[in-house]
Amino acid sequence: MRTTVKPGQGTKQAGALRTRGGLSLRLDRRAVVVGLVLLALALAAGVALIGSGDYPLTPAEVLATLTGGGDAGQTFIVQDLRLPRVLVGLLVGAAFGTAGAVFQTVSRNPLGSPDVLGFAQGSSVGALVAIVYFQAGTVAVAAGAVVGGLATGLAIFLLAWQRGIHGYRFVLVGIGASAMLYAMVLYLMTKANIVEATRATTWMTGSLNGRDWDQVWPLAAVCAVCLPLVLLNGRPLRMLEMGDDAAYALGVRVDRVRVLVLLAAVVLVAAATAAAGPISFVALTAPQLARRLTRSPGPNLLPAALMGALLLVAADWASQRLFGADQLPVGVLTGVLGGGYLLWLLATERKAGRV
Amino acid sequence: MSRLTAENVTLAYDQRVIAENLSVAVPDHSFTVIVGPNACGKSTLLRALSRMLKPAAGSVLLDGAAISSLPAKKVARTLGLLPQSSIAPDGITVADLVARGRYPHQGLLRQWSADDERIVQESMAATGVGELADRYVDELSGGQRQRVWIAMALAQQTPLFLLDEPTTYLDIQHQIEVLDLCADLHEEQGRTLVAVLHDLNHAARYATHLIAMKGGEIVAQGAPGDIVTAELVERVFGLKCQVIDDPETGTPLVVPAARAPRGSRRPAERTATAAT
Repeated sequence: MRTTVKPGQGTKQAGALRTRGGLSLRLDRRAVVVGLVLLALALAAGVALIGSGDYPLTPAEVLATLTGGGDAGQTFIVQDLRLPRVLVGLLVGAAFGTAGAVFQTVSRNPLGSPDVLGFAQGSSVGALVAIVYFQAGTVAVAAGAVVGGLATGLAIFLLAWQRGIHGYRFVLVGIGASAMLYAMVLYLMTKANIVEATRATTWMTGSLNGRDWDQVWPLAAVCAVCLPLVLLNGRPLRMLEMGDDAAYALGVRVDRVRVLVLLAAVVLVAAATAAAGPISFVALTAPQLARRLTRSPGPNLLPAALMGALLLVAADWASQRLFGADQLPVGVLTGVLGGGYLLWLLATERKAGRV
Repeated sequence: MSRLTAENVTLAYDQRVIAENLSVAVPDHSFTVIVGPNACGKSTLLRALSRMLKPAAGSVLLDGAAISSLPAKKVARTLGLLPQSSIAPDGITVADLVARGRYPHQGLLRQWSADDERIVQESMAATGVGELADRYVDELSGGQRQRVWIAMALAQQTPLFLLDEPTTYLDIQHQIEVLDLCADLHEEQGRTLVAVLHDLNHAARYATHLIAMKGGEIVAQGAPGDIVTAELVERVFGLKCQVIDDPETGTPLVVPAARAPRGSRRPAERTATAAT
């Protein structure tokens, strides 16, 4: 089987990979390069994160230990303590990035991300109920967050449903839900004693501290199902950008695709939030940053996932380097960076006359 | 012969019934144009024919099969649609947008064949946007943009092509440009075109088969030269007019009656004029 890569005539950056058997893949060279660079950076940040802490390891030692070398102490630190944290970070980042890209594409709005639409607040309500009323342990708090997130998703779906799901309505209902759920968070905080309130606040900031294999496996399982589901619907999702009518005319089963990817995104957000708390702004910024790097229209799902993973792990590494191990939850740093990014986005978009 | 027909369809948005028991057959290889006053149901009929709106009763048939029962991509390989409004994604180039028209012919493992590439080139050439291939769609004029959207629908390579008010919001020279392009597609490529148009004179000039609707019913249909008369225009649009021969094409040309001098107008006439 011989493959050829040649540039598409008349298209700026797309090339095609074709086989004699009639198979063909459309490749955007810039997007491929961006994706590979992001993947490499995310993994490098992961290695750096494993190496940092009270017992520092060089990248070479980390890689040696990961591949089976290293002494018993190193193996314990890497495999049992730090690797799960990094894996949770990578998976949570990828889940938030993908879900953000899905929500922004479906709502056709760069601000239509799950943290703006009330999913973070919904998960928080679930987690806080577990903390305040049941004095629950870690697993039960995570379960509460999952229930809260999924229930929020279901409520927004039902309220926004009007002969199908429409982006604009979805955003408005989501913002309303966000405000109401935030009021519930505040109410729950007034009911909490000081210990519970501290736990709740830490949880709501979002952190990767002390994550172990118990968080990795459920999250990995959810990602293994939902990420491919979303990615396989990337092409019809791209058609949806042009409006429902245009997508329909091209043979996209508009409602089916939209409901399917939104459901997958809601599950991803719920699982990621359960594992690390409602880490802010990753879902909002990762897809937009990925788009600006690939300069390619479309949801840019895979680049957004990789960008999310990179952002989160890099932010966790940076917060440890700057403030010392486990001093600052990663959610604070992503919040600050994300807020700055948002201002920059508004400023540039306004200059371009789009806001 | 008609590949695309609607049989006794009732068209409604929720409970609001637009048309009842409507039947229409699109003659193969025709350039069919649907006209009528606002809210007569012409766009609704087009939506039903393009399977965007599921009839409350009756059915739309494509090649004899209920269109709603056919696989979406299969329909999209036979029937193309230029919707009234489409959104050009941010930062998309003309070539990339036109390429999206190939979607119904592609799959996960067959994403971009040599045929796709050739057909996209041909579609851009046929609509005169070949030189714009690398330009961003946002940068184009309204007329150019509409030609790009038509190119995308052409790349879909469907024998049937439906257009919902393709000239709305365009300057007059771009309206004619788009209609000339439609006439070319009809004559040179033998496609069946169905368009909803606002301008009766454009419809009379370009259509080979004209359908005049009012209040959810078809009032008349046939060749424009046979059916466009002053009586029909008054009946459908409530407009007093003369119908003369178009000096360019010989097709019917509707010339609205001049307004009567002030004071001599009777109230009834005044409302009739206002309704247009």
